[in-house]
Amino acid sequence: MLQYFVRRIVTLFFTLVIASLVIFVSLEIIPGDPASYMLGINAQEDTLQALRQELGLDKPKLERYLEWVKGMLIGDFGVSYTYRAPVIEMVSDRLWVSLPLAVYALILSTLISLPVGIYAAANRGKISDLSVMGVTQIGIAVPNFWFAMLLVYLFAIILRWFSAGGFSGWEAGLFLGLKSLTLPAISLALPQASILARVMRSSLIDTLNEDFIKTARAKGLTQNQALIKHGIRNALIPVLTIIGLQFSFLMAGAIIIENVFFLPGLGRLIFQSIAQRDIIVVESVIMLLVFSVVIVTFLVDVAYVIVDPRLRSSIL
Amino acid sequence: MSLIQAKDLSLNIHNQKILNNLNFEANTGEILGIIGESGSGKSMTANSIIQLLPHGASLRGEIIFDNKNLLNISEDKMCNIRGKDIGFIFQEPMTALNPLKNIGDQVSEVIKLHSNITLKDSVKMAAKVLQRVGLPQEKFPLTRYPFELSGGQRQRVVIAMAIAIKPKLLIADEPSTALDVTTQAKLIQLLKKLVSEDDLCLIMITHDLAVIAEMADKIIIMKEGEIIESGSINILKKGLKSVYSKTLFAASDYKSKNINKISSDKTLLEVKNVSRDYSDNSISFFKSKKIFKAVNNVSFNINYNENVGLVGESGCGKSTITRAILGLDPISQGKITLEADEIKAENVDNEIRKKIQVVFQDPFGSFNPRHNVFKLVSEPLFLQKEKVKEKEKYELVEGLLLRVGLKASDSKKYIHEFSGGQRQRIAIARSLIVKPKLIILDEAVSALDVSIRAQILDLLVELSENFGLSYLFISHDLSLVQSITTKVLVMKSGEIVEAGETADVFKFPKHEYTKTLLDSSPNLQKALKKL
Repeated sequence: MLQYFVRRIVTLFFTLVIASLVIFVSLEIIPGDPASYMLGINAQEDTLQALRQELGLDKPKLERYLEWVKGMLIGDFGVSYTYRAPVIEMVSDRLWVSLPLAVYALILSTLISLPVGIYAAANRGKISDLSVMGVTQIGIAVPNFWFAMLLVYLFAIILRWFSAGGFSGWEAGLFLGLKSLTLPAISLALPQASILARVMRSSLIDTLNEDFIKTARAKGLTQNQALIKHGIRNALIPVLTIIGLQFSFLMAGAIIIENVFFLPGLGRLIFQSIAQRDIIVVESVIMLLVFSVVIVTFLVDVAYVIVDPRLRSSIL
Repeated sequence: MSLIQAKDLSLNIHNQKILNNLNFEANTGEILGIIGESGSGKSMTANSIIQLLPHGASLRGEIIFDNKNLLNISEDKMCNIRGKDIGFIFQEPMTALNPLKNIGDQVSEVIKLHSNITLKDSVKMAAKVLQRVGLPQEKFPLTRYPFELSGGQRQRVVIAMAIAIKPKLLIADEPSTALDVTTQAKLIQLLKKLVSEDDLCLIMITHDLAVIAEMADKIIIMKEGEIIESGSINILKKGLKSVYSKTLFAASDYKSKNINKISSDKTLLEVKNVSRDYSDNSISFFKSKKIFKAVNNVSFNINYNENVGLVGESGCGKSTITRAILGLDPISQGKITLEADEIKAENVDNEIRKKIQVVFQDPFGSFNPRHNVFKLVSEPLFLQKEKVKEKEKYELVEGLLLRVGLKASDSKKYIHEFSGGQRQRIAIARSLIVKPKLIILDEAVSALDVSIRAQILDLLVELSENFGLSYLFISHDLSLVQSITTKVLVMKSGEIVEAGETADVFKFPKHEYTKTLLDSSPNLQKALKKL
């Protein structure tokens, strides 16, 4: 077991190294000079040169890569070209919005979708199943920013339960912080929950057609008992895979929702940084996202092992 | 009053007739055998008794069990009868258990469900029941998962669940079909023992007349949802009345027309000291790799125009050796030569492939469903150096289809339009089209119903005589090998333990294992003598 995890962590490490190389090289290839962007098009060549020197852009590429990696290892992500502020501070501010938002949305989508999927599978082919599946179809089709605007219209403008946007900050208290993230989290969760519910349903229906469900019924379990005791856990593996993928998407892909609700999240940060050729910020944020994806994948693998004894024995 | 009695039982599924006016009864302490080929409705009869039927099913008639009509009982009450008064054993032990729960949990679940005892006591009882079916605690702790058990052991777990709280009726739907013959023999013994010890009524469903003859007291022969013939087991001996029953009996007691051909002394295929090692996949820094010898130093020859049988149970290495001969898998040591050419997995050229063809077990999985029969059968022709004209191809294919007992017009059809037996005929036609010297028949008739099986075997005998073919006939079923081969090899744990003329090996087996195999193999004549 320990060996398995050591092996996983080694792979994890190599994934990060390769990702850092790819990120660094690809951003080097993209045209655009941070120095000239910062100083404007009328800047003198010697001023530009001086700024490049100051930013360390004139050093050899390998050296810059190694410095970047070394910095990240000790928690120093460099200084933003544009804002002249340490990247780590900018990122951690944003992370405290994006991470809770992603987790919040994921919890919502899981809590909604699994029962819905199970309910639909238990009533497969009936009207209730068809209507639930119809709703999830709409949930996938509706653009989430539009849904977000509907939420704002209803809950912020008409009912005035929530504010229309902005983030109170965690200093104002956990409740207020969560409150300002609620509408964005719901709008993010809707399409995710719809997908997850469909996966849960089809996976469970596949499982219900397995022989061991018939065995369970022959033992005298009712349909629902068989479903709960023997169906769900067996149906969970594909669902876990999707949850893992969705979390990664929620971390970085919330940019449109962040814009709708004026949230200072990672998505907006990376968007601005790209526009301003603030390469050091872009690199660091992407690296951070890669890191979170790798960690989540690792956690999903651990979850597989917990769910499935066959995997447990194959790694012993 | 009998324990269970079906009166005019009919079943429709989506308005399609599945069962038609069945009448049968069985008593405590009795074994009722239901026999029939695929599609006869025998499994649906079993499912009707426990009322676990697919969507859209409607039952008519009566099933009186223990003085209650099961058709009038609510689903809630039925749940109390299933598992408690009626135990059920399924055909597929590999999939009948929940892969994520250990065997202790799965057996104790049924005990806990139907009796008012604590979880702890139910686990204790589960251990006792498992002991009773031959899975003692010391060797098979309750914490074992199904994937850690063999097929036979899993089937014992399923039986344990079915008999855990002493049901009155036990229904076994092809409980031993998926198992090896020696395992099957032990399971049948176990079931018989349970019936006599617990005074059970057992309804045994199978396609194998020999198995029924060995254990049943009463028999029902079914075809297309109807009972064709029924009575005490003695009707098998005294003589069956209906035409279908007679055909079924003859097919189960199949003796092929004697093979009438003289094989040459010249060697066609030589397998010399062949071994195949597998190492376990896990990378370990601390242990040396475990090496598993799937095939260990195996040698044999097949001459021109000779039929050789290769017999063994699952995991004995017969598939590995087949794949090696076909050049699909590499070997670790040894040499395989066909005529003058050595077969090496890395480069088997088309000229060699042309000489060996294969027919696989699964008539459903071995064809591409999107190609028509003409394309399927003519496909091996690309092995030919000279291009064959399209018109000649058609003539060839149609000729072969007629030869294997199909129609020339079948070449335009698709594979789903054929039955299992017809598909196997198409597979045989496909193997013949490049005029091979050797055909490997890998369990080629095992999945077929007995009556179809007899026809295909006859066809194979006839073809081998007329085309001067050699066969390597691989099977787990001794009786099949007996009828079609002149030489036989018996394989166990990767080694050939006995080899010789088929007739000699069957009359005077030398190796212990061969004797066990022969004894375990269900044999209709043997069983009838005991009646």
